[in-house]
Amino acid sequence: MTTIDARRRHERRRALRASALALGSTIVVFGGLILLVVNSPGWAEVQRSFLDDRVFADALPSVVRSFAVNIQLFVAAEVLVLVFGLFIAVLRSLPGPVFFPVRIMATVYADIFRAIPGVLVIFLLGFGIPGLGLVDPKTPSIIYGVAALTLVYSAYVSEVYRAGIDSVHPSQDAAARSLGLSRWQSLRHVVIPQAIRRVIPPLLNDFIGLQKDTVLVSFIGVVEIFRQAQIKQAAAFNFTPYMAVALVFVVLTIPLARLTDVLIARDRRRAAGGKA
Amino acid sequence: MTVPSAAPALLVEGLEKSFGSLAVLRGIDLEVGEHEVVCLIGASGSGKSTLLRCINLLEPIDAGRIVIEGDEITAIDVDVDRIRRRIGIVFQAFNLFPHMSVLDNVTLAPRKVLRTPRAEAEEAALRLLERFGLVDKRADHPDRLSGGQQQRVAIIRALAMQPDLLLLDEVTSALDPELVAEVLGVIRELAAGGMTMLIATHEMGFAREIADRVCFLDAGLILEQGPPDTLFRDPFEPRTRQFLERIIDAGRL
Repeated sequence: MTTIDARRRHERRRALRASALALGSTIVVFGGLILLVVNSPGWAEVQRSFLDDRVFADALPSVVRSFAVNIQLFVAAEVLVLVFGLFIAVLRSLPGPVFFPVRIMATVYADIFRAIPGVLVIFLLGFGIPGLGLVDPKTPSIIYGVAALTLVYSAYVSEVYRAGIDSVHPSQDAAARSLGLSRWQSLRHVVIPQAIRRVIPPLLNDFIGLQKDTVLVSFIGVVEIFRQAQIKQAAAFNFTPYMAVALVFVVLTIPLARLTDVLIARDRRRAAGGKA
Repeated sequence: MTVPSAAPALLVEGLEKSFGSLAVLRGIDLEVGEHEVVCLIGASGSGKSTLLRCINLLEPIDAGRIVIEGDEITAIDVDVDRIRRRIGIVFQAFNLFPHMSVLDNVTLAPRKVLRTPRAEAEEAALRLLERFGLVDKRADHPDRLSGGQQQRVAIIRALAMQPDLLLLDEVTSALDPELVAEVLGVIRELAAGGMTMLIATHEMGFAREIADRVCFLDAGLILEQGPPDTLFRDPFEPRTRQFLERIIDAGRL
């Protein structure tokens, strides 16, 4: 007869064995990979070009400083995307034949700006709009960068919002309408607030993409982190500054990715019926 | 264009409704007088819920007409939102707004639809919550409440619009048995207060106790109606008798 104590001891032993196995296999796999790279014929050369600590120490401060430009770019674009993306999603959700042209326009917009590579939109705006001669030619390029990122990511985010709006059960709208709220009031006070709560995790995911794409704005002459690293790379004949850029993005993105995971897990718990 | 006093609270004539090829309502005639409580009974799928949803204009009808106090609400050019203000409906699944507190659930429609100032709307809502013993839940979100409490809030939410007619769609069907009584208590109190109600229900004992009149729906028609004592004790139609016998066999009457 197994006592409860014996059963617990057995469970504990099994858990311990599992952890040991996970640790062991991790060391073997990663250790093997590192050994493979370090013993490759060109390793010494690659190490010198990409992992030079003197170049790294020299580049890091200016690279981090120029990241302020990327922060401006993505903060401005994110705020605009939140508003404009929702606007597009609402246009696409408007019912009735009167709004048919509006729905078409919003759909075409979302299709086109998801289709064109972001870097092209940045080019077209950054070089095309000034060419029209309609805006002040001294308008800084960063403005076109923000506009292009907003256009591209609003198209994605409008789809995220729309999925959220569609996921709110029709009985919620029925309840609101039965109380005399108009279609718009129901959307505004009942459907959209619930939709936004649900789409926060996928929204953060799109923002991770947007933040990385701020480096594309370097192509229209904005000196941001990537261009700054390029300048350093050209001066030192060494690729290490790019590693500094990579590090900065990793440090920025990992907390955001973990936050997204936490929010998704929380949503899943709620959906499973647990009380908030 | 309100016809004075003589017009019934609700008049339904020749109402037909199909979903695709499935005829759910096949010519419903029904009259509900002011302060009258009418219960709709019948098997699942007999059309009770659809009838209520049609009266609240949540479902477009195929034929017939619905008249509220002399106003034909199924006319082509009516303002749907204006009519819904006069008719409250409570659903089986409560359908409270999960992102709002109890108080906001109750005051949303008065504030947004009737443009009642917030303070005034909240005062009225708190009076209602007080009356039905929920005032201490005013700041809670719906997921903190039991099913019975949620359904009472849903009833209060409908009452806050001061409707002329209240539709109740199997409001106790989703509740645990021990929570049914508190919701029925609220409805009983409303009936005593003279609220005009049309109630779809499976609670036969309750229908018998509270209804002025009971209508038995079968396959999209009102097969038989009458005072509860007559209909439950001595039903005329064989189908009604069969339905009630099954209910008695199941121990529900």
